[in-house]
Amino acid sequence: MWIYEKKLQYPVRVSKCDPRLAKFLIEQYGGADGELAAALRYLNQRYTIPDKVIGLLTDIGTEEFAHLEMIATMVYKLTKDATPEQLKQAGLAEHYVDHGSALFYHNAAGNPWTATYIQAKGDPIADLYEDIAAEEKARATYEHIINLTDDVDIQDSLKFLREREIVHALRFREAVEMLKEYQTEKKAF
Amino acid sequence: MDSQWRPFDTYHSPFDPCPPKPKSYIVPPNQFIVFQAKGMKQFAPQEALKRGTLWPDLYSPYEAMPQGGARS
Repeated sequence: MWIYEKKLQYPVRVSKCDPRLAKFLIEQYGGADGELAAALRYLNQRYTIPDKVIGLLTDIGTEEFAHLEMIATMVYKLTKDATPEQLKQAGLAEHYVDHGSALFYHNAAGNPWTATYIQAKGDPIADLYEDIAAEEKARATYEHIINLTDDVDIQDSLKFLREREIVHALRFREAVEMLKEYQTEKKAF
Repeated sequence: MDSQWRPFDTYHSPFDPCPPKPKSYIVPPNQFIVFQAKGMKQFAPQEALKRGTLWPDLYSPYEAMPQGGARS
């Protein structure tokens, strides 16, 4: 079970009225390398991974949901006061037709989130390499989004999220090293 | 069991419906060779073609699991 804390992991401030940025940020909400995909991937893989690394997948998977909330907050702040006309100018007319001003799990190009974005191979080495790749792709995506805005406040939150991807990738690499070792020691000293 | 295999224990509750099954995964030698060194020992050409690699240090044998059973 989970315990919910009613606050964000890191503050989100949006200082510029720029609904177009919401269209780009949604990639990290419902995209292939987004936070939803990450959370669901790790929290599902953990059942068939050796005990030593279950906790890591639980912790990181949980943190990804905290990141998902931050992205949702950014998107909401960027779009909540936009008129239909402003959404149209931001390239969000199609989104508005289907979802109004609600958020939805799709990528920047409007493709809905799909479980085909994630995998659970049941092989600990294969699964962890997928996780490392996912973190590095998410880091690159954050870099692309940071490049597309000059809002320093939103850049600040995105830089925090980018750094977390870097740390997570290292933790997964460490997990691979742990799994390369023999699990049940039968050495005699 | 081959040295590339890693058996591991999982928690088995007295209330679990099925008897516990041994679990393991394979760690192929590529995981330990980050960058291949020059002059590594080689298989004879015919042997290399059959095994899929020229280098014994990179060879990972894989046998099918016994039917209906787990690797022990």
